[in-house]
Amino acid sequence: MTTFDDRSPIYRQIAEQIKADVLSGALQEGDQVMSTNQYAAFYRINPATAAKAFQELVDEGILYRRRGVGMFVSEGAREALRAERRARFYPEVFEPMVAEAKVLGIPIEELIERLRALVEEDER
Amino acid sequence: MTLGIQVRNVSMQYSDEVKALDDVSFDLQGGKIYGLLGRNGAGKSSLMAVMAAFRKPTSGEVLVNGQPVWENPAVTREICLIREAADTVEHSEPVEAALDFAAYMRPNWDMDYARQLLERFEVSERTKINALSRGKRAALWVILGLASRAPITMFDEPYIGMDAPSRYIFYDEILNDFMAHPRTIIVSTHLIEEVARLFEEVVIIDRGRLVLQEDTDTLRARGVAVTGRVEAVDQVVNGMPILNTRQLGPTKSVVIYGDLDPERRSLARSAGLELGPVPLQDLFVHLTGVREDAE
Repeated sequence: MTTFDDRSPIYRQIAEQIKADVLSGALQEGDQVMSTNQYAAFYRINPATAAKAFQELVDEGILYRRRGVGMFVSEGAREALRAERRARFYPEVFEPMVAEAKVLGIPIEELIERLRALVEEDER
Repeated sequence: MTLGIQVRNVSMQYSDEVKALDDVSFDLQGGKIYGLLGRNGAGKSSLMAVMAAFRKPTSGEVLVNGQPVWENPAVTREICLIREAADTVEHSEPVEAALDFAAYMRPNWDMDYARQLLERFEVSERTKINALSRGKRAALWVILGLASRAPITMFDEPYIGMDAPSRYIFYDEILNDFMAHPRTIIVSTHLIEEVARLFEEVVIIDRGRLVLQEDTDTLRARGVAVTGRVEAVDQVVNGMPILNTRQLGPTKSVVIYGDLDPERRSLARSAGLELGPVPLQDLFVHLTGVREDAE
């Protein structure tokens, strides 16, 4: 069972987890998401907390609600999430990596070489 | 329909010196699970006893949907308080007698659910109550509370003596039964980390006074740990309530209470400081006045 760290708001952690599932394809567009109560029981959290996570995702357009049926993954959710992550990729992933390489004295040429090798390996 | 509770200026004075509750006021909406948090001796048990009309406050009153609870059987029938000195049959009687008594007392009692819970907690109906181990007895009290299905159900530190697996059964049952039968549930505790996620809201009292009533997630977001170079950290946290400070060489980590305003945030960002979350238990310790240097 997934355990949440008890510090950041749990609903945000749930929302992040659902987003990760949409990104990875574990949740497909049009798929029904577990209900608030199922989430609450599974993670042992207050149902109002789980509901907040869903509300956040509805507000962001990742999920939509069908009255009396449940919550579903929106059309285009995956692409929207990818675009959002892409926008964050350089400042949050790439630039810190380059900064770290600098601190460690790894020459930029070496990074480029390694990057090329990885891509070639991937293509093979 | 769920029942809300209004606590109005409640004070409780046991003797000239001891004021257990000091002008406490708050409103609880119906249909939520609340945590009542406080250190030992903070007044949790006194407050619950007053809310359940087990005790008359020295001054002030408690209302349930506008009706005073004191000497009002129509209202008290709807309130179930479970505490260690459980209010049930003689302890020389078997468990089943306690269930029968609860069935007689509680309009919403669910005997099937009670039997199911006995099985889950591995408590036998035929055992005499005073022959149960401390943990099993605590489980019995919890069962009496859950199966009462009372519109207002209060548990005063219910887990004392229970082992971890039993406590988790209790947490699961509270949640599942709350979802199936929404009602107002209040659990008092000083073991916060384990149960905090069950609570939609928390009420914190200290030395007989209300400290705060807050949505649990909002409270959780109140603490920030600021970590980085000493001078930069000092500058960012300057003037804010500090919970805790640690230093390791040129790196300092300070835990503060409250929101960092945008100005401080941008200062922290430009200085390359790390802003991290703080466990709820640490916030509680701060809010109830135990500082590191006081220990």
